[in-house]
Amino acid sequence: KLLRRTCKEATALMVAREDRVLPVADRVALYFHLAACKACPRFEKQMLTMRNSMRQWRHYSEK
Amino acid sequence: MTRYENQVAEHRDYLYKFARLQLRNEAWAEDAVSETLLAALAKPQAFDNRSQLKTWLVGILKHKVVDALRHHGREVTGLGSSEDEDTDPLELLNFKADGHFVETPADWGNPEQQTSSRQFFEILEACTEKLPAVQGRLFLMREWLELSSEEICKELDLTPTNLYVQLHRARLRLRECLEMNWFQKAGAL
Repeated sequence: KLLRRTCKEATALMVAREDRVLPVADRVALYFHLAACKACPRFEKQMLTMRNSMRQWRHYSEK
Repeated sequence: MTRYENQVAEHRDYLYKFARLQLRNEAWAEDAVSETLLAALAKPQAFDNRSQLKTWLVGILKHKVVDALRHHGREVTGLGSSEDEDTDPLELLNFKADGHFVETPADWGNPEQQTSSRQFFEILEACTEKLPAVQGRLFLMREWLELSSEEICKELDLTPTNLYVQLHRARLRLRECLEMNWFQKAGAL
């Protein structure tokens, strides 16, 4: 039960981990949620896209 | 004016655009650019042609921007203002009462290939400019100036909780804006 997270909670954790290291319990819970959920991996991919796009934007501007 | 002084002065507009995006304040941006140009003109020997002149000037400007953000600390963080305190952007995502998604989030395609065009960067810049001023500054300190959360808190005398709330909102607002204006290819800014 401790590992259970809703999509809303998992989404908040995926946003938060961009700026801070999550507590171990949250990281484990998020891992299991992403493994079991069909919707949240899409959101995870969106966050990855945003991270990549910021990196590419910086490089583009420097170029 | 020497050739070097002319070359430095030519970059003023580019530096101003960069500073204004970061600082969200025209006067602060003007000051940061002026200080950058003065620093470059005072020590031409510091520029040793190892990098492009403009890249070197941007490096100086980044330090001046951080100085400005530190100097205007309370205004930068806007603590006590009512900016954007209404709803959590997380509510803009479609969740059921039990906290699970109503429908699967949109497929944004390949994370590497979708985001390397000039048009995309223009949308990204416009979406960043649309962020509320406090969120925009803090977000760009993280993503453009590449400061850690700890460094931002130290520079601006901000609590981690306050910083995380603002960054949480900025990231979700930016996601929403990109989805509407790029990934759905509908609507206009």
